[in-house]
Amino acid sequence: MSLFTEPFLTALVLGAVTAGLPLLLAGLGEQMSERAGVLNVGIEGMMLAGAYGGFLVAYRSGSIPLGLFGGATCGGLVAALMALFCVRLALSQIVVGIALTLAAEGLTALLHHVQFSQTYPRLPAAATLPIPLLSAMPVVGPALFDRPLIVYLALACVPALSRLYRETHFGLALQAAGDAPAALDAAGVDVLRTRMAAVLATGVLAGTGGAFMAEIGAGLFVPFMTNGAGFIGIVLAMLARGRPLWVLWGALLFGMCLSLATALQVVGVDIPSDVIQMIPFAAVMAVLVAFGRRASLPAALGVPYRRGER
Amino acid sequence: MTAAQPRRDPLVSMRGITKRFPGVTANENVDLVLRPGEVHVLLGENGAGKSTLVGMLAGLQQPDAGTISIGGRSERIDSPGRALAFGIGTVFQHSMLVPSLSVLDNLALGGSWWRKPDRAGLVARLREMCRDIGIEVDPDVVVGSLSLGERQQVEILRALLRGSQVLILDEATAMLTPKGAEDLGVLMRRLVARGLGVVLITHKLNEAVTYGDRISVLRLGRNVGEIGPTALASLDRKSATDEIVRLMFGVDSRSTTEEASDRRDAHAINTSNPPPVSEEQPESPSPLWRGVRGEGRDALTDAFLCPPTQVFQPSPLTPLHKGEGNSFHASEICAACSAALSVEHLSVDDPLMPLADISLRVAPGEILGIAGIDGNGQKQFAEALAGQRPVRAGTIRLDGHQVGQLDVAARHALGLRYVTDDRLGEGTVAAFPLAINLVLKEIGARPFWVGGWQRSATIDTHARKLVADFDIRTPDIQTPIGKLSGGNIQRALLARELEGPARVVIFAKPTSGLDAQNAQATRRRIRDAAASGVAALLISTDLEELLAVCDRIAVMRQGRIVGVVLNDGMARQCVGEMMSGA
Repeated sequence: MSLFTEPFLTALVLGAVTAGLPLLLAGLGEQMSERAGVLNVGIEGMMLAGAYGGFLVAYRSGSIPLGLFGGATCGGLVAALMALFCVRLALSQIVVGIALTLAAEGLTALLHHVQFSQTYPRLPAAATLPIPLLSAMPVVGPALFDRPLIVYLALACVPALSRLYRETHFGLALQAAGDAPAALDAAGVDVLRTRMAAVLATGVLAGTGGAFMAEIGAGLFVPFMTNGAGFIGIVLAMLARGRPLWVLWGALLFGMCLSLATALQVVGVDIPSDVIQMIPFAAVMAVLVAFGRRASLPAALGVPYRRGER
Repeated sequence: MTAAQPRRDPLVSMRGITKRFPGVTANENVDLVLRPGEVHVLLGENGAGKSTLVGMLAGLQQPDAGTISIGGRSERIDSPGRALAFGIGTVFQHSMLVPSLSVLDNLALGGSWWRKPDRAGLVARLREMCRDIGIEVDPDVVVGSLSLGERQQVEILRALLRGSQVLILDEATAMLTPKGAEDLGVLMRRLVARGLGVVLITHKLNEAVTYGDRISVLRLGRNVGEIGPTALASLDRKSATDEIVRLMFGVDSRSTTEEASDRRDAHAINTSNPPPVSEEQPESPSPLWRGVRGEGRDALTDAFLCPPTQVFQPSPLTPLHKGEGNSFHASEICAACSAALSVEHLSVDDPLMPLADISLRVAPGEILGIAGIDGNGQKQFAEALAGQRPVRAGTIRLDGHQVGQLDVAARHALGLRYVTDDRLGEGTVAAFPLAINLVLKEIGARPFWVGGWQRSATIDTHARKLVADFDIRTPDIQTPIGKLSGGNIQRALLARELEGPARVVIFAKPTSGLDAQNAQATRRRIRDAAASGVAALLISTDLEELLAVCDRIAVMRQGRIVGVVLNDGMARQCVGEMMSGA
């Protein structure tokens, strides 16, 4: 098996982490919204806004961390609109989500066209923060332990969110907001505030994911570059049944499918690129067919809460 | 309320409360004063404004006019959280617990958001509170697996743990078994003994008299009277009930009694005994109540203990035992002519309550009651008969023809009708106009649809006729049915299912959630239908209702028919024993 050489495996794992990280952030974010009862279809738009905003800030300021922060802010702004319309004003989550995604696609494409269509600027590679000893390991060393700080932070989100859900009042409130919002209200917790907090957190996570994609994954912004990553995030959240760790495994799996294309090119395997690019989406369908029945969703998912209505 | 304060100081007083919704005035100038150490019963028909009134105390709604004062100060309760902070805890009719969380986590809901819930401390407080009020709750069990009564206890515990001084129980007994309701009554007494004020909302008169220290009656959104503790203590049960009936309906209870005793000859045995005060009172078989109401009847029942050999026979083919010297024309029909509905060895799969080997026959003109505690397979049985769920084994015959393989519409067309208890869920489409809901099971069929095109004129004529015949009170036949009151939705359902060539009608808990007058009207419809030759199957959890209406009563337990008895003097005892599995 000449295929599984060290360069191939290194490229595969590195690519899996790079491609999977935005999915991880999107999936974790979506999971939080869904836990609170908001089906956040606007997450694709939040990622795209984060990708554009993050790229713009990083390009103008020259600082990748500042860019990531800008991306998180842009994602949060789109999420604030979602929270206003879907939670505060109790409009349809699906319609508003689709509208926000389409608006973000159009707006970022337009802005990109106006600003960068002549130059297509690229960002320099992000500075990495190698972890002593671990980064010297073959294959996983460069993929996991010689990466920018944001990679470690994103991975740290997984246990942090697990604890948040299991061990805090806010975690209980999130679950109650999704399963029985009227009960949460009767317990004296503001349902709308809980849900808005969840949606905003989703926006920040998804925006960071988008910014990561543009600044660290690609080094440039291209219109529509998220290419369905937000929707894969929705799938991950539904399959993970509320467990952040499962989102991580799912994100790595899909990330690996996405990075197969690059890795196969590294070793010069001759498969039509269309077939290779199809792999992640075929994988989504395969996973849905295999595990779709196990998805479990909160009882009040997608239902806006209005006090006193039954 | 602290001990230092005088006992008579009101905890909460509502003065001149008015609340309007579009098109309806739910409350008009209502006063309500809650005192510590009292169970204050709020009584009224459906739509009398009880729930709206306490909704304002619970922070779900704001009054349009009037003041709410708590501990003497005028306050604004603008959210459920504020209500809790003021010491007003509410147990709603529909459980307000998160089913996927444990009891403990439900109790922990509402702390500072970032903090770890203090589970150990909470368990200790919970245990102490349970001991104080004499109930048992496992803190680690998931709420979804508890019974409704247990959930209510958890909700009461939650209110107490949060230091509530006022406890509002909204229709708390409506979903409970008689035993559960009795337990709740005992619990309420213990709570008021601790100085709490309890508000019990109900439309059952016997509960009001049994549990209440003070009774306020609402009618059409207004206060129409209050019976204070001294007055209540001085009246005996019958005069108290008479007084309440007069307040609630603006009529004398005697006229209600006459209507109630307007039964078929078959029930002569009931009326030959000391007449019940009204048909509506004996809804819960509380021993207190029974002692007052039917001395003679119970003595009679006791004299005829169930002959078990004759009763515990699930087959409809066995001869029914006859009451002493009573002629039951229904039983003669049974013996003489062929059954309108005959079910043989019916088995149905269900994850919760499968049905096994059910055999029954119902003759034309007969009312067969299905008694049993809720959830013993009654719903599965009704749905299987109506064609809404597949049958594993056995036959269903309608007038001798096999209908087990037919779908819902075909059975409906043949005259097999099902009046569901889930009126707003599977019974009607809330957003559709009344006129369409009246032909809901005939969509696409002639004469209402021709070649796929809707004939609005035909549908409307049909609707107008049914509205008049069944006395459905609606602003217009185009009004969405969800906007009507529960009683009128039930009338519409009855109209739809009894109209046309009905042969066999299954009534699933037809009076649940209805007020006294609507319940009585519904029972009259059932009797009228039977009188016109329909075979009626009445599923009810209310034994008094079955005893008042049915010719025979079958008892369902654990998905089986455990016995069928004639509705004679012994039926109460026999059915009660079979229901509980004694």
